[in-house]
Amino acid sequence: MDVYSKPVVFAVLSAIVILVGTVVTVFIPMLMPSTQPVSDYIKPYTAVELEGRDIYIRGGCNNCHTQTVRPLRTEVLRYGEYSKPEEFAYDRPFLWGSRRTGPDLNRVGGKYPDSWHYKHMADPQSVSGKSNMPPYAWMAQNRLDTRYSVRKTRILGYGYTEEEVVAQIADYRAKVTSPSYKSKRARNGVTPKELRDELTEMDAVIAYLQKLGRDVKKLEAGN
Amino acid sequence: MEGNGYDYQIVRGFTFSALFWLITGLVVGLWIALEMFNPALNLTPWLSFGRLRVVHTNGLGLGFGLAGIFAASYYMLQKLARTPLVFPGLAKVHLYLFNFIIALAALSLFAGMNTSKEYAELEWPLDIAVVIMWVIFAVNVFATLIRRQEKQMYVSLWYIIAMTVTIAVLYIVNNLEVPVNLFKSYPVYAGVNDANVQWWYGHNIVGFIFTVPILAMFYYFLPVSTGLPLFSHRLSIISFWSLIFAYLWTGAHHLMLTPLPEWIQTVGIAFSIFLIAPSWGSVVNGYYTLRGNWEQMRSNYLVKFFIVGITFYGLQTIQGPTQGLRTLTSFFHYTDWVIGHVHMGTMGWVTMTISAAFYYMIPKITGTGLYSIRLANVHFWLILVGQLIWTITMWVGGIQQGAMWKATDPDGSLTYNFLDSIASLYPYYKIRFAAGIVYFVGIILFAWNIFMTIRTSKNNP
Ligand code: HEC
Ligand code: HEM
Ligand code: HEM
Repeated sequence: MDVYSKPVVFAVLSAIVILVGTVVTVFIPMLMPSTQPVSDYIKPYTAVELEGRDIYIRGGCNNCHTQTVRPLRTEVLRYGEYSKPEEFAYDRPFLWGSRRTGPDLNRVGGKYPDSWHYKHMADPQSVSGKSNMPPYAWMAQNRLDTRYSVRKTRILGYGYTEEEVVAQIADYRAKVTSPSYKSKRARNGVTPKELRDELTEMDAVIAYLQKLGRDVKKLEAGN
Repeated sequence: MEGNGYDYQIVRGFTFSALFWLITGLVVGLWIALEMFNPALNLTPWLSFGRLRVVHTNGLGLGFGLAGIFAASYYMLQKLARTPLVFPGLAKVHLYLFNFIIALAALSLFAGMNTSKEYAELEWPLDIAVVIMWVIFAVNVFATLIRRQEKQMYVSLWYIIAMTVTIAVLYIVNNLEVPVNLFKSYPVYAGVNDANVQWWYGHNIVGFIFTVPILAMFYYFLPVSTGLPLFSHRLSIISFWSLIFAYLWTGAHHLMLTPLPEWIQTVGIAFSIFLIAPSWGSVVNGYYTLRGNWEQMRSNYLVKFFIVGITFYGLQTIQGPTQGLRTLTSFFHYTDWVIGHVHMGTMGWVTMTISAAFYYMIPKITGTGLYSIRLANVHFWLILVGQLIWTITMWVGGIQQGAMWKATDPDGSLTYNFLDSIASLYPYYKIRFAAGIVYFVGIILFAWNIFMTIRTSKNNP
């Protein structure tokens, strides 16, 4: 049969040819639970952390920051333990990135106090002189939009009730607006007066950053 | 204007669209190149690097790349089928819908509506529009092919068919997502699987936009503009089938040393190395087509675009598999080296081939000569020199970056902190910007030349 004179047959044949590699390297691994293992130590994001993650995506932070530490000696020295597949079970989308203009962030949770992040996010050059990271001061001037938080956590199957989502948001708000919050000075420094009693986008991003790589420490200790 | 009812309006429409998105995308590219050593230019959220970089990649990949491909495909399709387009009205809808989508895409990416998955950043309503547009294109392709007057389908048509089929599969599978609202969605895949699907898509969308249809142009426009028959039909058959078979196995070379299962990484690398063979099959076929007629490199201004272009393709397809090897990826992954790789392909191979295709098609359509061959030659040298300085600078910068990340003192501690490594690259970024300007001037001459060719033609309706 001469496929070169039959366009439809040719198209079907091409489809079969391209689907072989696709099935073997993409579809079959998807059916294997070992591709994306889950661990009880790794908890889903709270509603506030998830909102922070979405702001991270909106800002395109993933164009400069990766979130996978590779199993290489100098990389582990620089960033901490290399990344495990379990860590990403709740990541939709994944945010591993492909370019490291800035450092990897997979283990940044707990590396700095919140106050450092408030200053750094608002004006990176004031903290890290020659950095080329864009300033994100405007994030502290935007009230956090939580209208979709319930819907979002439900779509992602995090298993929270509506009350739990509301409570997570209220708790985090209580934490950062409390007079005894350790990073209060830095937060007030970047947050306009009228928003100091509310959650801002920057609060959420920092909550997200502080979550990164924390649960996995328990997994590693457990092993 | 040539008769026989061929629809050349559509070719012209997509040519102009391609030039428009090319210039727009490059202006954004120059701006982000500046931001990389001058962060004060991140003036507003809309102009911040994280958002603009995506406008750059989409504007050039989907805007310029696809428009150029549509222009050339509609031309080649009618010529090689020896029959007019079956649905010219539908093609017009395609043109308007395409530009509408790209404009909305740019606006939505500026506004931060972004799925974060590279080259699939558009949110779900635009994804649906893209799929509709693609179906419209495919209907014309297949209807025209079915009604063709020429018995055999020439090589270029195989590549166009493969692109039409594969991009549909890639786009739909990678963009399956659950909407939260009109502007936000989450993918159906999680974590490692999402990464695996994304880079299966990412590698192949680059392959089926920046390789497959560009090869279709190369296989058609090189022979017609030189009057020389393609060297080997058999070689083109082998190259075609092995290329499209192997391509889909290799996405994992973008995920080396990540938590992706190791066997998928190994398979990805094995097939990447195999890809050198079919890629060079096309390179060799091009070189041998010119055998005995190499003087055309000087006498025919179009030939050098094709030959230098395919040479960059050849280099690109050796560099790619090499940088994927485990030892080398551990050094080069995430550095400026890869940025150099990307731009040798796009600024070298892709723009050179599309430029020459436009230079060939537009005078054929208007029935006059090109406005200025001298200008076209200046365009060639500017984009060649601009691209070479651009990419070589990034390779050197990438080696330095990789070395600084890995450097340790005798006591085993790291020599450089991260900030040292990025700050030491600013001189390279400045040279890159200057090289980008050289290239950009070349592109402006290109657009001017095409524009003037159409304006000065008598047949301008
Ligand atoms: C133009 C690239 C770029 C973009 C975009 C970018 N960053 Fe950065 N980031 C850097 C660089 C470079 C550094 C290292 C120097 C410094 O500390 O500023 C850095 C450092 C950081 C650090 C400190 C990491 C550490 O371990 O010291 C955090 C946290 C961070 N960025 C978060 C973000 C967030 C959140 C966003 C998005 C809202 C973002 N960055 C966008 C380039 C970028
Ligand atoms: C045999 C052919 C090729 C192979 C095996 C190959 C291999 C690779 C590899 C391994 C990477 C990832 C590097 C890293 O992140 O460490 C890469 C990136 C890339 N390549 Fe190629 N390459 C090939 C041809 C091409 C061609 C012809 C183009 C055309 C322009 C191209 C465009 C790109 C782009 C745009 C990226 C960046 C992807 C991203 O991270 O966003 N490649 N390639
Ligand atoms: C004047 C010419 C150009 C300039 C100054 C320019 C600038 C840039 C810059 C600064 C980046 C980001 C690099 C980084 O994150 O470190 C980038 C990425 C990219 N550019 Fe360009 N660019 C140019 C031409 C082009 C062309 C012609 C194309 C395609 C047709 C293109 C496609 C891309 C792609 C696909 C990426 C993403 C690479 C990756 O993710 O690995 N660029 N460009």
